[in-house]
Amino acid sequence: MKPAPFRYVPAASLEEALALKAEHGDEAKFLAGGQSLIPAMNFRMAQPAILIDINPLTALSYVRQDGNAIRVGALTRYRTLQRDAAIAGKLPLMAEALPEVAHPAIRNRGTLGGNLSHADPASELPAVVSALGGTLHTRSKKGTRRIAAQDFFTAALTTALTADELLTEIELPVLPPRSGTSFLEVARRRGDYAMMGVACAVTLNASGACAEARLAYCNAGETAMLAPKAAAALKGQRIDDKTARAAAERAKAEINPFGNVHASADYQRHLAGVLTRRALLVAAERAGA
Amino acid sequence: MSIRSFGQPIKRNEDGRLLQGKALFVDDVELPRMLHAAFVRSPYAHARIRGIDTQAAKKRPGVVAIYTATDLGAYWRPGFLLVPPPPIAGITFNERTQVPLVKDKVRHAGEPVAVVIAEDRYIAEDAVAEVVVDYEELPAVVDLEQARDARSGFVHDDLKTNVAAHVRQIKGDYAKAVAGAACVIKRRFLYDRGSSLPIETRGVVAHWDAKADRMTIWDTTQAPVFLRNGLAAMLGLSERQVRVIAPFIGGGFGPKIMMFYPEEVILPWAARKLARPIKWIEDRFEHFFATTHERGQLHDAEIALTTDGRILGVKDVFLHDTGAYDPYGLTVPINSQCTLLGPYHIPNYDSTFTALFTNKPIVTPYRGAGRQHGVFVIERLLDIAARELKLDRAEIRRRNFIPPDDFPYNNQIIYQDFTALTYDSGNYGPILDKALKAIGYAGFRDEQARQRAKGKHLGLGIVAYVEGTGIGPYEGAKVQVQASGKVSVATGIGTQGQGHYTSFAQIVADQVGAKVTDIEVVTGDTDQFYWGAGTFASRGAVVAGNAVNEAAKVVRQKILRTAAEHFECAEADLVIEDGKVTVNGVPGKSVALGVLANVANPMRGAVKPGTEPGLEATSYFGPEMGATAAGVHAMIVEVDPETLMVEIKDYVVVHDCGTVINPLILAGQIHGGVAQGIGNAFYEQLVFDGQGQLRNASLADYLIPTALDVPRMTLDHTVTPSPLNPLGIKGAGEAGAIPVGPLFAQAVEDALGLPDKGIELNEIPLSPSRLWELAGSADNITASQQARVR
Amino acid sequence: MSHKVSVTVNGTTHERQVEARLLLSDFLRHDLGLTGTHVGCEHGVCGACTILLDGLPVRSCLMLAAQTNGRAVTTIEGLSTDGKLSPLQEAFRDTHALQCGYCTPGMLTTMTAFLAETPNPSEDEIREALSGNLCRCTGYQNIVDAVKLASQRMAR
Repeated sequence: MKPAPFRYVPAASLEEALALKAEHGDEAKFLAGGQSLIPAMNFRMAQPAILIDINPLTALSYVRQDGNAIRVGALTRYRTLQRDAAIAGKLPLMAEALPEVAHPAIRNRGTLGGNLSHADPASELPAVVSALGGTLHTRSKKGTRRIAAQDFFTAALTTALTADELLTEIELPVLPPRSGTSFLEVARRRGDYAMMGVACAVTLNASGACAEARLAYCNAGETAMLAPKAAAALKGQRIDDKTARAAAERAKAEINPFGNVHASADYQRHLAGVLTRRALLVAAERAGA
Repeated sequence: MSIRSFGQPIKRNEDGRLLQGKALFVDDVELPRMLHAAFVRSPYAHARIRGIDTQAAKKRPGVVAIYTATDLGAYWRPGFLLVPPPPIAGITFNERTQVPLVKDKVRHAGEPVAVVIAEDRYIAEDAVAEVVVDYEELPAVVDLEQARDARSGFVHDDLKTNVAAHVRQIKGDYAKAVAGAACVIKRRFLYDRGSSLPIETRGVVAHWDAKADRMTIWDTTQAPVFLRNGLAAMLGLSERQVRVIAPFIGGGFGPKIMMFYPEEVILPWAARKLARPIKWIEDRFEHFFATTHERGQLHDAEIALTTDGRILGVKDVFLHDTGAYDPYGLTVPINSQCTLLGPYHIPNYDSTFTALFTNKPIVTPYRGAGRQHGVFVIERLLDIAARELKLDRAEIRRRNFIPPDDFPYNNQIIYQDFTALTYDSGNYGPILDKALKAIGYAGFRDEQARQRAKGKHLGLGIVAYVEGTGIGPYEGAKVQVQASGKVSVATGIGTQGQGHYTSFAQIVADQVGAKVTDIEVVTGDTDQFYWGAGTFASRGAVVAGNAVNEAAKVVRQKILRTAAEHFECAEADLVIEDGKVTVNGVPGKSVALGVLANVANPMRGAVKPGTEPGLEATSYFGPEMGATAAGVHAMIVEVDPETLMVEIKDYVVVHDCGTVINPLILAGQIHGGVAQGIGNAFYEQLVFDGQGQLRNASLADYLIPTALDVPRMTLDHTVTPSPLNPLGIKGAGEAGAIPVGPLFAQAVEDALGLPDKGIELNEIPLSPSRLWELAGSADNITASQQARVR
Repeated sequence: MSHKVSVTVNGTTHERQVEARLLLSDFLRHDLGLTGTHVGCEHGVCGACTILLDGLPVRSCLMLAAQTNGRAVTTIEGLSTDGKLSPLQEAFRDTHALQCGYCTPGMLTTMTAFLAETPNPSEDEIREALSGNLCRCTGYQNIVDAVKLASQRMAR
């Protein structure tokens, strides 16, 4: 299990990295944390001709509050995110999901940008970023783009990134007051990809009814699946066991899990229902319902 | 004698090296000019090879050679049959053993087709990708029941059947038992495939030294002596010309006893041909195909009982998946057949199995070696019987235990060691009593109800088992006092973490009066000890341990004789302790063992006729039959009735393996066995598709339990020494793993109240997803539980 | 194309030319001869090859040797000094926390870093921190006990 030959270029600057990517397109891969890419290369499932190592570009590692948003540099490692006060305070949904991502040794290397660019639908963070309605900032030699999370993930392991583009920043809105979130997953073992997971965000109105809800799922289809109908139907309703159950039933119909060696598609769908109900109740409680 | 070290929880001699990264494992061997091998493996489970083109791959810089079956010439031959079928009347056995490289037809995915030898492993893998093999894919024989159908095709065409073996063993008259029974229960049980998955994969380094005319092979084998003998024969060398070293081995668990793996056959041959050392280290992906698997049986079993739950008889008809070849004979299904009888008095038994070839990797023993299948069947049958007869599940077991005064107890059928299945000694009631007490059996129903009122679903499981351990043929050991005062012990078995460096030292320490840390044990080097069989069937401590003891006893006599001559006193006046011999009651009259070793090996003068130089002895031990260990496991689980996730809340093991050498090491063996049992019961499954492709060949998808999945265990012991060996030892290596399947099934059933809904868990492994399918729908479970609480 | 790296391993700086694709695990084991780091899966799951990179545990099978230029690596060989075991290594021996010893290097590096950050861990925290390192021999119980014992001894 040794990688096929490739050319390795540690990026001296962002401009150099982008120029190389523009030159080589799909033949080249950016190397961030490498915790998904290098295993794929060791299995020879990925055989890039050129590996552009962006780890030297430390300016891409940051967490900044900017008005009503948290901006995260694409090269920020999970470990850093887990220990960041702004993430813990302003993005509790992400803080709750991070410990579910693999194990400490992996989180010491893996990066948010690398994770999202890899776009594994079973991963936790695409669901979190989708549930939060994040915006992904990209750069290429030609310029910059802003892509909404729900447009970024186009299929399993496929994103809207063009062959010359690098994801540079993830912008995540801070939820308004009277909001609550919950991340729940069921995995065979701690640190495994979830058989099913849900990222849930709820905002209540003054009377305690649901003003806005968002539900996003891991391992529920080609991408981080959203359940917009289930979420919309909650608007104006008090979130309780009955409405949460109804939302769960709606969400089950909106997702499209494939099934795998660990979980049948039916079981995954069933789990989505259980987790949706539980997550909505927790999120509503946290919102102050 | 000073304080005995035998029986003490002594820290291990080998740990210092292992903890500092100083222990030699096979992949640590570095030799000048060493080459590296990688194998071209079939992507298909069943395919005819129409041609192999190695031209492009051979041109790659750094590639030294590429060999296919044709290149092996007369060296190509199917492997030896390691274990011939036992002498059972009417047996059918079709021997088909693995080949070094596929010549005509691939019989399982991952079977090696060609080998690339290159300057490094990276280049070797590059070349592997460039070897072009023209395959004609054939329909694969995957499913056990389909394998019996001729329309599915044949794994071995010349046989015109997929039957590898057919065996029937009978005790008493089952038909008579049924005629007199109040209750007959019949069920189907499935036990699916898993992998032993040691953290160290297999590996071989072969080094031909042309000037010394010797071949040295480092191999991750559990049986270096057999490997040497076989390779010498294959290579046309004398056994003295071949040295096999099994250094530190990163876990074995059975599949590392299998031989001769294709890689073991090819590397020495190629190293000699190329006159350069060659290393092959199995990578993790290869491991899923190239190392043998276990399990995979389908049982149709029935039990006949009286109204008070006494077993009158058991009938079992089962299919055993042997994979593409059957080099290990019938050890696994025979173990299943025999171990089903458990600790119970079963007067009538009729068991038939059919072993079938399939297009899947080979099945050979893995920790438990078929025993867990038998235990699963009898324990599940007893659970069902207890419900039918409205008996307590612990009580039905107790009623059927073989009484303590019925030993030795002859079960009248043939065991894997070819002797009648006879239990040497046992006393099962106290084991059950201790386990029931430790798990809180008496108060559990109340606790279960209290927790259920709070919405928690607890369940308890309790199962019993026996394990035939410590079988022959024999092991040997050489014990030698050195001039330094240290004592060297050499034995032919390999060691894979069982602590032999320490437990054997403890045995010797008590005999020769040296400190355990001054006793240096060498295992697994055929130049250090010539004879032996290997580490398998929980036999290392029993068979090699007793050989070590016998040799140490002789050395003790030599020490006493030499010291008596030295002091001109009677042997009876001597005391051996703390590395010296002293004359009792005479202060100052003392001689160190090292000095005596020199006295016994003089530079001048003659060794007297009839004596030997040195304080050294070699002894052998071969038990007439296996020693039977026994135990009871109990556990409490909590199941989330919606997600069907299972958490183990409490786990108890009470075990009887006779006399204990080192309780620390024994506890470790039990812990590790239970962890593998838990993996087997709930996490690990090799999932094949209809074309024999393994769908989860990675550690991300083949799920080994982690520190969060294996609970803290409470261990207790009873001691019924074995009369079959002087130390009274029974084996303990496999016991932890054997009964976990039925335990898990029983506890989960109990937690979810499944029997009340007519649902039984009669297959292993389980998983949350499978539980959900079997239980129909989790909502139903929840509803039924709520109804019960109300 | 090869790359020049200058990497400090267990306090000694090594300058080497490495091929782009050479994994850090292979570099440590076969170029530097530090065979105490074990390789169990080469896809980042088993944890046997875990080393400390600038003090933090990482999988050496998921990094390229070329990426370590200017970095400091600690392997199992660097945990003891002059043959004297660290408190964690000592505790592993005392509680029989290893059998075959193959996963042990990764356990020790991972837990060394864990204890530095979590000096007084609970059993749950220890198990969580261990969950990325697979052991097939011990059932983990004695490893958990070793980590606890080491933390108690280090607190004294």
